[in-house]
Amino acid sequence: MVKTAVNLCGVELKNPIIPASGTFGFGYEFAELYDINLLGSLSFKGTTMELRFGNPTPRIAECYEGMLNAVGLQNPGVDKVLSEELPKLKACFDGPIMANVSGFSLEQYRETVRKLDAEPQIAWFEINISCPNVHGGGMSFGTNPEAAASVVAEVRKVTKKPIIIKLTPNVTDIVAIAKACEEAGADGISLINTLLGMRIDLKTKKPILANKMGGFSGPAILPVATRMIYQVYEAVNIPIVGMGGVSSAEDVIELMLAGATAVEVGAANLRDPFACKKIIEDLPRVMEKYKIEKLEDIIGGAH
Amino acid sequence: MKQGIYEIKSNVKIAKDVYRMVLAGDTSAITAPGQFVNILLEGKYLRRPISICDWDDNTITLIYKVVGSGTEQMAAMQSGSLDLLVGLGNGYNTEKCGDAPLLIGGGVGVPPLYGLCKALIAAGKKVQVVLGFNTAEEVFLKEEFEDLGAAVTVATADGSIGVKGFVTTAMEALDYDYFYTCGPEPMFRAIEKAVEVSGQFSFEERMGCGFGACMGCSCKTKYGNKRICKDGPVLEREEIIW
Repeated sequence: MVKTAVNLCGVELKNPIIPASGTFGFGYEFAELYDINLLGSLSFKGTTMELRFGNPTPRIAECYEGMLNAVGLQNPGVDKVLSEELPKLKACFDGPIMANVSGFSLEQYRETVRKLDAEPQIAWFEINISCPNVHGGGMSFGTNPEAAASVVAEVRKVTKKPIIIKLTPNVTDIVAIAKACEEAGADGISLINTLLGMRIDLKTKKPILANKMGGFSGPAILPVATRMIYQVYEAVNIPIVGMGGVSSAEDVIELMLAGATAVEVGAANLRDPFACKKIIEDLPRVMEKYKIEKLEDIIGGAH
Repeated sequence: MKQGIYEIKSNVKIAKDVYRMVLAGDTSAITAPGQFVNILLEGKYLRRPISICDWDDNTITLIYKVVGSGTEQMAAMQSGSLDLLVGLGNGYNTEKCGDAPLLIGGGVGVPPLYGLCKALIAAGKKVQVVLGFNTAEEVFLKEEFEDLGAAVTVATADGSIGVKGFVTTAMEALDYDYFYTCGPEPMFRAIEKAVEVSGQFSFEERMGCGFGACMGCSCKTKYGNKRICKDGPVLEREEIIW
């Protein structure tokens, strides 16, 4: 009997699979299809202080083995997340919840986390300093080591729960940013967020997305994720949540070998709403195939 | 919503660039006309949302227009099976209309009105249908609507068949107490301007998932933000911000 459990920042997960923020809503749409309690955790829709509509449409474009999105952090705002969305999530999910938080100032990050901190089922904060869709906001914090560290320090003031910083790959030196976050007291690093991309419609001869640029995700980005996780694992001593194009149990194991303690599944949920369930159910078979008894033993195994 | 594998029973061309595909499989997730399916195609990362034209206990009829490489791929299929998410979206509310509803379809927006027409006639309504196309060779479903017992008027932009002009031209001669529509947005705007009575519009948008998870197809309404795929595609006239 193989063991799929992992420990992420002191919290036990029955398996390392976590649907990525923005691809799973607040879970209840998927609970119509299967019992989402089989998930290790889930990272809910990126939450901000105030309600956000996000970007104009079209917000979605397709590409080979992936997609672009420019949703722009649409969410109902932290108060409604607490009063309306979390009760619905808790009605269908008993496990530990990862709260994904975005902000456009240090104060917004801090106050959003302060409000969510009171919810006992939230086990970690995943702080998005990397969303490439919002002008002047997320991008600037995530592309500079000092700015990234300042978010960690600010959020630390209001929560004792683990803080996981979600990094953007759209930087020259992701290692420097990861190290700065660790030094500032981050408990974990999650990566990679989407890669900045663009598609142009040949009929209109203009960008497909109303926002022109959007975040590229899907199987095509897996090698970029693997490489960056590998690099960051060499440089930091805190756990890594890996993501980027994961679509199969084999991909999960690849990211864990690179250094991930847990693995998020993103775009795959949109193509196949059963993606996480299938990956979890397939993990034991793939572990046996590669003679892996305990998933925890393979974290960083490629180094 | 249900996911399933559906067998292609037939797939035939019925007008210029327009095909009718009949699929066999579980239809129990379909609850209202105006809902859609989301189709996984070989080599395409995202599914293709296509409105449901008609359904019964074990078949789904789709009518789609070839507009890109995905629908082109569909048009070439003669047999085999497709992975579908079925019963997506809210669909039309058939209980809101009076006794004399008007159905207004523009081009490839026509198909979902067929299932709606069937439901309204079964409910004892006196249904009128206006179908708008660019030209005669694009016209489809006219006889099928008539066979259901609806009074059909066709309008073509070039006048090659039916009333010359737009759907709104053809509507001038008709009396109705409610409308249901699906078609291009310029047609919606013309309807919004020309029509007094209340009604329902079915919208189209580029989607990520098709079932409410990704927020890819959101729009603002008077009642707050809505997802075209989950809270729509049908919106009521009163809530739409033009």
